Amino acid sequence: MTEATLHVFRGDKTGGELRPYQVPLTEGMVVLDAIHYIQQHEDATLACRWNCKAAKCGSCGAEVNGKPRLMCKTRLDQFKGHPVTVRPLAAFPLIKDLVTDVSWNYRVNQEIPPFTPARDDTGPWRMYPEDVDRMFEFRRCIECFLCQDVCHVLREHDGTSRYYGPRFMVRIAGLEMHPKDTVSRAHLLRGRGGIGFCNITKCCEEVCPEEIHITDNAIIPLKERVADEYFDPWRALLRAFGGRREPRGT
Amino acid sequence: MADWYEARRYDVLVVGAGGAGLRAAIAAAEAGVKVGLVCKSLLGKAHTVMAEGGIAAALGNVDAKDSWEVHFADTMRGGQRINDYRMVEIFAKEAPERVYELERWGGLFDRTPDGKILQRPFGAHTYRRLCHVGDRTGLELIRTLQDRAVHSGVEVLMEVTLSRLLKDGDRVAGAFGYRREDGRFIVIGAKAVILATGGWGKVYKVTSNSWECTGDGCAMAYEAGAELMDMEMVQFHPTGMVWPPGVRGILVTEAVRGEGGILRNAKGERFMQAYDPKKLELSSRDVVSRSIYKEVEAGRGSPHGGAFLDISHRGAEYIKKKLPSMYEQFLKLADVDITKGPMEVAPTIHYVMGGVRVAPGEGASTVPGLFAAGEVAAGLHGANRLGGNSLSDLVVFGKRAGEHAARYVKGLDRAPRIDDGQADEERRLLLRPFDSGNTENPYELHADLQEVMGTHAGIARTGDGLRAGLDKILSLQERAERMRAAGSPLYNPGWHACRDVRFMLTLCEAILRSAIERTESRGAHWRLDFPDQDAGWGRKNLVVRRGDAGMTVSTRPVPEMPSGLARLLEATA
Ligand code: SF4
Ligand code: SF4
Ligand code: FES
Repeated sequence: MTEATLHVFRGDKTGGELRPYQVPLTEGMVVLDAIHYIQQHEDATLACRWNCKAAKCGSCGAEVNGKPRLMCKTRLDQFKGHPVTVRPLAAFPLIKDLVTDVSWNYRVNQEIPPFTPARDDTGPWRMYPEDVDRMFEFRRCIECFLCQDVCHVLREHDGTSRYYGPRFMVRIAGLEMHPKDTVSRAHLLRGRGGIGFCNITKCCEEVCPEEIHITDNAIIPLKERVADEYFDPWRALLRAFGGRREPRGT
Repeated sequence: MADWYEARRYDVLVVGAGGAGLRAAIAAAEAGVKVGLVCKSLLGKAHTVMAEGGIAAALGNVDAKDSWEVHFADTMRGGQRINDYRMVEIFAKEAPERVYELERWGGLFDRTPDGKILQRPFGAHTYRRLCHVGDRTGLELIRTLQDRAVHSGVEVLMEVTLSRLLKDGDRVAGAFGYRREDGRFIVIGAKAVILATGGWGKVYKVTSNSWECTGDGCAMAYEAGAELMDMEMVQFHPTGMVWPPGVRGILVTEAVRGEGGILRNAKGERFMQAYDPKKLELSSRDVVSRSIYKEVEAGRGSPHGGAFLDISHRGAEYIKKKLPSMYEQFLKLADVDITKGPMEVAPTIHYVMGGVRVAPGEGASTVPGLFAAGEVAAGLHGANRLGGNSLSDLVVFGKRAGEHAARYVKGLDRAPRIDDGQADEERRLLLRPFDSGNTENPYELHADLQEVMGTHAGIARTGDGLRAGLDKILSLQERAERMRAAGSPLYNPGWHACRDVRFMLTLCEAILRSAIERTESRGAHWRLDFPDQDAGWGRKNLVVRRGDAGMTVSTRPVPEMPSGLARLLEATA
């Protein structure tokens, strides 16, 4: 049986190093399988997060050969026998080995005003396929935070105090474009949300395992919305009443 | 209060943050009590995200003839009539409102051309009934509830494992556990505890369940003296992935068959024609699983020991729209393009129908102050769960458990007291694997217990096999006393596994003991030595409880349906 060599980061807040492990290769094996092999056969203290093992829960993000990926979706055969390095997401404080403290993301989510329909609009609602289809893309997000990890704004010193990051632009886009939502988050986006810091490098889009068009479909339309509400109130009004928020047939 | 643990206090403590836990937490918070929600993983990662096919509710949007009555009858028939009809009635009546509520909270479902929630067909549902969004309905449900919960004042504690319920006399007083991050102990005082901890598929090797599904809640309830019911009823989902080895067991949604997928054996025969000519691929899960099993046994299995499931005739565009994550999953993990050819599938452990016995509609267990909702609770699904009924179970009974727990708390005249002695006892048990004399590897024990359950309590069972399995589980329980963990309590999966294994061994014993007793075949429980249904057993549920000398199993009469409801079953047969 052939073997793969993985260099896995081991350590905690006080420091750490890459350590080599030899893992027997089986057909179709993914990086997470190799991590589990190490846990079960070599070192049960190796820490990582995972749940679904099917790229659906977004728990198992790590930097594999320098690129943020889901370990459960990263096949080992693509590396063709070359050594593989596995490191934790660098944008977040390290807890241990491959596990980082991502709690900041949950605090951000809490700051975002939730979906708020009109009080008297209690449904059941009529919403047509064309009204909801474009929102499904945003709802697909599995909160793996790979996009957050790769975003240079967040990676910079103190970046998380300036910008919510691509994940939450996706979240806000899903709310803002919901035909039944009545709240504007433009002020938040421009202020604490820090949308102005994004300079559309598209790095986030490249790593998104759900292939969400984070910049083209979420960030750019949100930037336009912010610009409209601040600098072109007339256009904002037109947009608000021009059908973008009002589904037909209700 | 001692200084060696972190202390928290809530009116209602919800354990588990899948659909049932989130919905329960929201309901309790809306009732005005202080709510804490504990989850083993990060918020939003619970096993509910893996639910793919949809949420069953008789909205009648696609088939106007659908009604709660038909949903009731389908569910009772699916459960082979050992379900608690009172739960089923509540469930069928309230599911539609719970779905509309999700929509009001921002959940988005696929639509009909005239703008209503679209519904798809599913196994053993008479009408098209499953509200869905592609094949990621669980993600939509959990995200919607998660956002609602964090904006309802619910306090969330992530990555905390609870391992023991604390009691004050016979009442629940809270729970004890540790933070996974650093092993810090935590005592949570609570006037009521709602278990929403899901199932224990991890006692089997080939399973669609994640690492979390170790049945902590059910085992803790048992240890606290609560009654469990229907423990022998473990569901095989007919279609799990079989290849490559690393993904064996991962779910292939029933929606593939709902959208027209066809099952064939190695000879290319559509074998469901022989087993259920009327419903074919959309027969109930127990029937389809057994059929695949029989085909493999007869030497007509696929190369990796399963069957072929083909949806390619629906065309690439349709498949990518309705089953996008299945398309991705097979393409990326198995090198199979399901728009072009069949996938290989085999039965996989998916769900447990049994669990904590609860008062219908309230979720109260037999221990005062202890509630249960969702997969960990028994009674709704009987001997076999219908696809799509799980997600509606979570929201219908999650809400009710939350409300009833809040009501219970408001009616208490004094708060229960925490006994540090109980916490300390559990601390010592948790830390024991760090003692130097121990030698057993928890991962090995886990693999061993899975092997036992797969061999002795799998899809086809016999009395002798079950009894041999029980002996092996009992000796594994002895070995489990000597489990060893290396390193420190800092985020240490090997150490975490030690407590999981103990829980799982308790549940294995309950499954085996119950399965030995039920000398008939019904739903998911198939006894080769008793291949037929027995009318007498059809009037009994099996109840497991902790006795002075170990685990006891007894029977309880299945609640008898009033004639009006019974007639519904005949009328729609
Ligand atoms: S496009 Fe914007 S959000 Fe995405 S990585 Fe670049 S700066 Fe960050
Ligand atoms: S947008 Fe994509 S990369 Fe970012 S968290 Fe969501 S799924 Fe992950
Ligand atoms: S384990 Fe769920 S995304 Fe990898």
